[in-house]
Amino acid sequence: MATLAQVEFNENPVVMTQAVPVIAVEDVHKFYQLGETKVHALRGVDLKVEPGEFVAIMGSSGSGKSTFMNMLGCLDKPSSGHYFLEGTDVSQLDKKALAAIRNRKLGFVFQGFNLLSRTTALENVELPTLYAKMDKEQRLERAKEVLKLVGLGERLDHFPSQLSGGQQQRVAIARALVNRPSILLADEPTGNLDSRTSVEIMQIFQALNDQGLTIVLVTHEPDVAQFARRIVVFRDGKIRHDDPVRNRPRAADMLKSLPPIDED
Amino acid sequence: MDLVAILRIAIRALTRNKMRSLLTMLGIIIGVGAVIATVGLGQGAQQQVQNQIASMGTNLIFISSGSVNKGGIHLGGGATKTLVTDDMKAILQEVPTIAEAAPGASSSAQVVSDNQNWYTHVTGTDPQYFDIRNWTFDRGGNFTEDDVQRATNVVVLGATVQQNLFGNADPIGQTVRIGTLPFQVVGVLTAKGQSGLGQDQDDGVYVPITTLQKKITGQDWLQYIVASAVSQPASYAAQGQITALLRDRHRIRPGQDDDFMVRNLADVAQLADQSSKVMTLLLASIAGVSLIVGGIGIMNIMLVSVTERTREIGIRIAIGATEGDVLRQFLSESVVLSLTGGIVGILFGVASSVTITKLLGWNILVSPAAMAAAVVFSMAVGIFFGFYPARKAAMLDPIEALRFE
Repeated sequence: MATLAQVEFNENPVVMTQAVPVIAVEDVHKFYQLGETKVHALRGVDLKVEPGEFVAIMGSSGSGKSTFMNMLGCLDKPSSGHYFLEGTDVSQLDKKALAAIRNRKLGFVFQGFNLLSRTTALENVELPTLYAKMDKEQRLERAKEVLKLVGLGERLDHFPSQLSGGQQQRVAIARALVNRPSILLADEPTGNLDSRTSVEIMQIFQALNDQGLTIVLVTHEPDVAQFARRIVVFRDGKIRHDDPVRNRPRAADMLKSLPPIDED
Repeated sequence: MDLVAILRIAIRALTRNKMRSLLTMLGIIIGVGAVIATVGLGQGAQQQVQNQIASMGTNLIFISSGSVNKGGIHLGGGATKTLVTDDMKAILQEVPTIAEAAPGASSSAQVVSDNQNWYTHVTGTDPQYFDIRNWTFDRGGNFTEDDVQRATNVVVLGATVQQNLFGNADPIGQTVRIGTLPFQVVGVLTAKGQSGLGQDQDDGVYVPITTLQKKITGQDWLQYIVASAVSQPASYAAQGQITALLRDRHRIRPGQDDDFMVRNLADVAQLADQSSKVMTLLLASIAGVSLIVGGIGIMNIMLVSVTERTREIGIRIAIGATEGDVLRQFLSESVVLSLTGGIVGILFGVASSVTITKLLGWNILVSPAAMAAAVVFSMAVGIFFGFYPARKAAMLDPIEALRFE
């Protein structure tokens, strides 16, 4: 199996326009009660993400982008409005159903990697499959497959503490992909990484997107957002801008121009 | 998530903090060990009491001459002269639930054989006496009805007396002197050991009742009558019938105190049994308290563990663990802790039981039922005290949990 670095660059990915949007958010509001004060974090957000899109969500802290991301990730429910995930109104589902959706349809990548320490790379990646009630051989096979995909096929038995930041994030990406989700949600995935490693991670994202995976990425770095196909800017709980990216840079090309850094 | 995966994760989480897990388990180990040892001890004691009561004779009724009030002065038990051999015969005839009865009168005397002598009780009775009391003969045999009729000088020795007078020599057919009279030894009783109160039950000699009354004491009344009922339930009825009969025979008017006492050994047995049961319960409940303390220790550590692993819980929820998955994961950790502690505790309890048995010579029973109960109970402790921390983990808000440092 080819690693993503070798995947062919495709300028015109096939986007099925008739298909149901992967994400359809309609007039979503979110209130928080912080002590005495009521915080209005989202003030009427509408957003559609079609299959195969790569959306970067930007905004300063307090803009509501994190709240929006948690809601997309089914970790939080909107106070009002609807969130359709592949046509299903998930704002109406119970906790157990939401857990199943997080497990099968969503893949999470966090800023702080959030791997289980003292647990090998392979076992970390295997974790979501444990909750998906797969049999043991299938679990192992899938976990090894995605680790190979992110270029860590040789480091299955390494613990997170034995891996560099970039490698840890690649394990996290493999974990997000192991149950073959419909969307990959990434919350500041490059926030803890140096610039070269950031580009490497974005290269993986672009390659995955080229294969048809829908990606929603939250970042406050414009450089990183440039790698997406579309940038959505949040301010004060509302979407202020929603524009496609012109002259999108290819992370793979950019890597060639960057000086190499010894990682191991 | 399947059970094997859950258990694997639980065991791994526990082995990560070996010292902590061990100390937490120690509470359960000590608790279960103490329960096993004390219940064993209590049951051993109960068995011992039961054996002793069984050795006293079954369905036994003991009628003794009672105290009497003479001119305002209470005289002690045995002071009355109203209980006689004819009372015994009347009981045998008129109380249908009584199977056997034998008279008893005693004195103390110096018993001499050649150059050895021993001061002991001399009891006068009938041949049935030994059968009623469930006493058996080690050597020789009983004296006969004929001996009683003719008041012959024959004697049955208790094991202690035979040991002191004859040592290892065979006393059957030998002559001993009781007071000034020569008696021929016809039998030696099997040793019975100490009674529950520490009395030597083998220190005594037995002669025909007539011989004692006519030749040794010169008194014609009895100190007691022992009787055996046909069954244990019948012994309660017999007790009442004997009381009525003797009151009538001794011409005691209604309202007047009895000049005799009727005691039923079934009552005594029940009482003793009851008290040893209470003791077992008491010991077990004290030990049970330590088990509960152990459980609280588990709860404490699980709460610490949940707090420490808040981030891990957040990750697990984010990637698709349900509340049930998280609950089961932490619950299985506390159950593994308590169950392992329980099993080690059983080994510890059995080992200490065996040690106590060996060192003190006590009777300890380690019942499989108590062990099974200990396993079930320690598991229950794990579930009960693990539930709150596990629920706390399951209810965590994943967003907060992921932010936790």
